[in-house]
Amino acid sequence: MPDRNSSTRDADTRNNLRRPVTARPTADLENQENGVPDGPGKPDLSPPPQLREVTVGSAEPLAVSSGAVTVSGAAPSLVAGGRRRIGDRVLATLTAGSGAFIVLLIALVAIFLLSQAIPSIAKDHANFLFSRQFSVRSEPLQFGVLDLLWVTVISSVLALLIAVPIAVGIALFITQYAPKSIRKGVAYLIDLLAAIPSIIYGIWGIYVLAPHLVGVQRAFYHLDFIPLFADKGVDTGSIFDASLVLAVMILPIITAIARDVFVRTPDHHIEAAWALGATRWEMIRMAVLPYGRPGVISGAMLGLGRALGETIAVLLILSKPPEGAPFTASIFNGGQTFASLIGLNMQEANGKLETGAYIAAGLVLFVLTFAVNAAARAIVNRRKEFV
Amino acid sequence: MTVLATPPAADSLLTARRGGRRQLKNSVATVLVYLSFAIALVPLGWLLWSVLSKGLHAMTRNGWFTHSQRNLTYRDPGGGAYHAIVGTVEQVFLCTAIAVPISLLVAVYLVEYGTGRLARVTTFMVDILTGIPSIVAALFIYAVFIGAFGGQRAGWLVSLTLVMLMIPVIVRTTEEMLKLVPNELREAAYALGVPKWKTILRIVVPTALTGILTGIILGIARVAGETAPLLILVGYAPGINTNLFSGFQGALPSMINAETLNLNSGGTYGLVNGHVRLIHNYAVDRVWGAALTLIIIVMGLNLLARLIARFSKVNQ
Amino acid sequence: MAKRIEAKNLNIYYGKFLAVENVNLTIAPRSVTAFIGPSGCGKSTVLRTINRMHEVIAGATVQGEVLLDGENIYDARVDPVNVRRTIGMVFQRPNPFPTMSIYDNVVAGLKLAGKPKRGELDAVVERSLRGANLWEEVKDRLDKPGAGLSGGQQQRLCIARAIAVEPQVLLMDEPCSALDPISTLAIEDLIQTLKEKYTIVIVTHNMQQAARVSERTAFFNLAGIGKPGQLVEIDDTQKIFSNPTERRTEDYISGRFG
Repeated sequence: MPDRNSSTRDADTRNNLRRPVTARPTADLENQENGVPDGPGKPDLSPPPQLREVTVGSAEPLAVSSGAVTVSGAAPSLVAGGRRRIGDRVLATLTAGSGAFIVLLIALVAIFLLSQAIPSIAKDHANFLFSRQFSVRSEPLQFGVLDLLWVTVISSVLALLIAVPIAVGIALFITQYAPKSIRKGVAYLIDLLAAIPSIIYGIWGIYVLAPHLVGVQRAFYHLDFIPLFADKGVDTGSIFDASLVLAVMILPIITAIARDVFVRTPDHHIEAAWALGATRWEMIRMAVLPYGRPGVISGAMLGLGRALGETIAVLLILSKPPEGAPFTASIFNGGQTFASLIGLNMQEANGKLETGAYIAAGLVLFVLTFAVNAAARAIVNRRKEFV
Repeated sequence: MTVLATPPAADSLLTARRGGRRQLKNSVATVLVYLSFAIALVPLGWLLWSVLSKGLHAMTRNGWFTHSQRNLTYRDPGGGAYHAIVGTVEQVFLCTAIAVPISLLVAVYLVEYGTGRLARVTTFMVDILTGIPSIVAALFIYAVFIGAFGGQRAGWLVSLTLVMLMIPVIVRTTEEMLKLVPNELREAAYALGVPKWKTILRIVVPTALTGILTGIILGIARVAGETAPLLILVGYAPGINTNLFSGFQGALPSMINAETLNLNSGGTYGLVNGHVRLIHNYAVDRVWGAALTLIIIVMGLNLLARLIARFSKVNQ
Repeated sequence: MAKRIEAKNLNIYYGKFLAVENVNLTIAPRSVTAFIGPSGCGKSTVLRTINRMHEVIAGATVQGEVLLDGENIYDARVDPVNVRRTIGMVFQRPNPFPTMSIYDNVVAGLKLAGKPKRGELDAVVERSLRGANLWEEVKDRLDKPGAGLSGGQQQRLCIARAIAVEPQVLLMDEPCSALDPISTLAIEDLIQTLKEKYTIVIVTHNMQQAARVSERTAFFNLAGIGKPGQLVEIDDTQKIFSNPTERRTEDYISGRFG
């Protein structure tokens, strides 16, 4: 269609034309004549910013005064004067402001935590990273996170090792083995595990589960040539107990992500495997698992992050070792994680230095979980470029 | 000349069998997969059964929903969880009132206005917010309001922490729901001359509304059970305190926690009339009773969310 | 080596819905047969019953018999896995396994079928890639990912993968519809070479392709709106395209409907 308004348009605009707008011109003429500012009842004629490059009257030849013709780029408006509507401006500002608020919030978290942790770290007479004690009630402050690091990491990693294979199994069950009719029900049941508050996992873990695990623990003592399995006299409330409960807690999130990625396996890869004469398990190994690997890894890291930060369940389950006890690598010992230490002691902590020490520990935990979550995100993003 | 150790399809199909090892691997895999599902069900069933069987007794006692724990020790029967329920409800309510508007605005920003640097940074920050452990969020609130501004521990600080935990949940689910609204709907509105802000508020959001509501309810269910903020930011009060802004306040998770201390420290024997008698430790009942109450609330919210989701106008 | 295919009273169902009714046909070994017909009339469905891929879809079943050299592949004693090992399939969209190298893609089927003798794998890879007319182009990068090739090359890789296991029959479901004309020609030439060793059945939308490539042609069509598909006519390609017996075939060939 030849373009009659070429004088007011450039080639760019023509090329960018997305949608000829034919219905507008007449109404536009009306407005032009009346010079009516749009009130609530009038249909607004300013095309939204989305359709930035849409211009007026491409299909019909029309004598429209140049003030009403839009040019690509700026927020267009057909009303003389070309101002954006107040409503649009308000909403755009409000929403953008909320976004900025979130950004600010994260910055504030870093700032405030640092500002209160640093004074305490400065006054720390022990090495913050390598000391094993945490006595901050009175000066001189001596605190370090080594023990916390060990217990936190070993309990979470152990939980991960237990949870990931089971989660993959369940995800395969839901997506590849279960008949269609029960898939939703099964998925619902697993999601139910995620809905249970962590404190309830805590009390169940220590009062119901741990006593039943004593036998299992004792059986492992036979393997105590491996330092991990040494007997430390802690029958219930060991890292082992906590890891099992953590594994149950992180199971649903890993399963959900694995499920999501397995279901997205492209059909034609699955068909290729079938057509080659693969058994179901072979098909899964050839098509589903390779495709899903990044997703599962990402899900596992998210689960790890969750386990690292879990507070009350671990607080209730892990028995607190006595002050000054020697280091042991055994998972059948009690201990304290970052979260459980903070949770236990902040209830009564007072004074800038004391609370600052706990905030410092919290900071380390923050960095730890941040790193793990960032890795998870990086894996997902790398995959996005592929597919 | 064949390359394969076992000659292939020259054989009759009727008699040909899968390689034994292949079939074995297939069967083993099937068994393991079914087994993993069964394994996951064990803790679920066991936990729910434990809470139900141990907590029902306390919950069905008279006064559970009307009385608090004031002046009661682990040796005294009676009392209830009223103070804890009220505390939880108030804290969660304040949190929701603050978190929902912010979250909705952020989600609308990301979906409807979402180009440019601020949007990319924002979505990244929401991701970070998702990953912050509740204890760290609580420490942050402590650091700001008690550490820096010298305030006192009180219930509203818990609400603020819960806001930080709730925002990412609602932002992500709302985003998803808004994205499910077909673009054709927006374009139809624009073509009619409806301004963008009206399109969003009157057309897009209402279409996604049930989904958004579902997300909100799930967010509430998530924060109602959070304990870490309660440990750090407000002391546990066994009596009723409806003031969010001053004084210690009870809440369901902290009630559970407090009663476990009684469980651990209280003996079950005592002197009665000069004789050593077994005195029931009522903390046991209260721990599980409060746990059952909490689970019922959380599960109830989850169910509500699911029910509402059925009425959704978009395909979820 | 190549087998003869027969279908007897074949009725194909998706759940309760009868999709294709009463197919009877015979396909001679070492020949190329084309299935033609308008969209949705059952050509691909029938093709997929030959290697029991049809039943991969939940609820899909088949009544009747499909015989390979006289053996009914739907006999209760027959394992579908074995059927699919005997019959190779090439799909519309090239689908090499993305996480495997070219080399691994070619031997993927072999590794499933049995323990290949170690030293002979290389020979198989070369033989299959030569057979698919791809060897010269990829012989120096066999360890590169299978998905890194052009569309036409990927499809030839899939053909190599299919023939590596030395099947009796090769089924091709619109193998060229996702490819450019030059790759299409390359594949059509390849089919002429392959037919010396395999029985080939090719589903195609493109009548000219059917005319170029096949010796026999089967025309499928729907019995009516909402009715199942049926085999209308099967005969020498020459005859189908110049002087078909059925009126409907004539109408389709001359473009009166599509």
